[in-house]
Amino acid sequence: MLEIKDLRISYGMIEAIKGISFVVNDGEIITLIGANGAGKTTTMHAISGLLKPVSGSILLNGTELTRIPPHRIVSLGLAQVPEGRRVFAEQTVEENLVLGAYARKDKEHLNEDLDSVFSLFPRLMERRKQPSGTLSGGEQQMLAMGRALMAKPSILLLDEPSMGLSPLLVSEIFHIIEEINKKGTTVLLVEQNAKRALAIADRAYVLETGRITLSGTGEELAQDERVKSAYLGG
Amino acid sequence: MDFLSYLINGLSLGSVYAIIALGYTMVYGIAKMLNFAHGDVIMVGAYVVFFAISSFHMPLAVGLLLSIAVCTVLGITIERLAYKPLRQASSLSVLITAIGVSYFLQNAAQLFWSSSTKVFPSVLSNGALQLGGLSISYLTLVTIGTCILVMACLMLFINHTSTGRAMRACSEDKGAATLMGINVNLIISITFAIGSGLAAIASVLLCAAYPSVYPTLGAMPGIKAFTAAVFGGIGSIPGAFLGGLLLGIIEIFAKAYISTQLSDAIVFAVLIIVLLIRPTGLLGRRIREKV
Repeated sequence: MLEIKDLRISYGMIEAIKGISFVVNDGEIITLIGANGAGKTTTMHAISGLLKPVSGSILLNGTELTRIPPHRIVSLGLAQVPEGRRVFAEQTVEENLVLGAYARKDKEHLNEDLDSVFSLFPRLMERRKQPSGTLSGGEQQMLAMGRALMAKPSILLLDEPSMGLSPLLVSEIFHIIEEINKKGTTVLLVEQNAKRALAIADRAYVLETGRITLSGTGEELAQDERVKSAYLGG
Repeated sequence: MDFLSYLINGLSLGSVYAIIALGYTMVYGIAKMLNFAHGDVIMVGAYVVFFAISSFHMPLAVGLLLSIAVCTVLGITIERLAYKPLRQASSLSVLITAIGVSYFLQNAAQLFWSSSTKVFPSVLSNGALQLGGLSISYLTLVTIGTCILVMACLMLFINHTSTGRAMRACSEDKGAATLMGINVNLIISITFAIGSGLAAIASVLLCAAYPSVYPTLGAMPGIKAFTAAVFGGIGSIPGAFLGGLLLGIIEIFAKAYISTQLSDAIVFAVLIIVLLIRPTGLLGRRIREKV
């Protein structure tokens, strides 16, 4: 279980996150929706340790993440697929995936795990010896997801996985997210594509300029008039 | 025959430059900084070997190992004390700090060991291999051999070990590397350790060829090796190797065929021409604009 309590994050004098609290229970798909600049990525970076919050607490199964070095977080079972994919362009697809398992201690099952990533993303299999920089945007997104899964996380954070992808690919990515969740991985999803995100989410939070203004089940929020007009195009 | 022997001398000098250039390029590739104190680590390495052999009568191998150990610790210490606190600072601040560390080491050496030149003992036999009409000294063979060995080990390490993959990941994207669970600070320390250890190896080869030890000994080879790293494409390991070798060959040819006095000017002129045509150096990665 991931618990965020009264989280505040600033960039210099500007307070980007103004005290938010939310909970991600085991097995859920939770989505944070909101406009550009609402603080979605900032929140994700704080959870994975790339940003230090000013105050507040981030508890993963009872462990306070704000007090441990960021590189230790992944070995506690939390992996992030960052916004913009950020694959290591000069390394091959396979090297990227192996790096995903860098923090794991049980390396003997590495090949089986590679195989299971390849079965989820068959296209990566075809490209395994290619430098990742030569992949298409959709393939890089799959690689970034596969790389995060190689850490065998109990909770997966996805930051804008559908950004810049064709509608067909977006459907494919969302389908895969559901599949990952069905296999037992908790998902925290940040999306601008609110419609798609709400459709697969168990629960959702609306983030507006650093504050959570609405929450509910995915279905409830998809029907909410305020959400409809602001995020679902009327 | 003269041409061939100049070429071999150039390769030998270039091998030393290449080993030093590897230190510059690795640190630049991962920490994104120019460590101008790198040349002075060579100087410290040279003093350690000098004292080990002359004062404590140790065998060369022991002196070399001791020097590698001292330089490695020195490199890690410099990074921790001088550069790590500036991780978020502008690159200009880091550059000035590096120059400061360089002066600090030179003056510390002057204070402890005086500015007078010490004569490095002859450590390798003066013999030479006769090949037809060509005479190649053993020192030349050892130098070129060491460079090739160092390069091969480094390539194996970078491309085929978990730490090597982590180093490449850090050089591309430190944030994403952290998300993989890579301890970026540790990787930077390892990089400084490797670069400084290589500086110790270079110091022995350098002092075997030019047997005088003095506090500013590292400055000129340091700047030449830095040039070699830029020439080959800073950040690229094969680039440092290629740049070092080419720079050595150009320098020896310029000395032999044009002018001894002008050789350094010619070396830098070649660098300027190369950078005009290929701003990222011979094997440098093209800079991609982030969208």
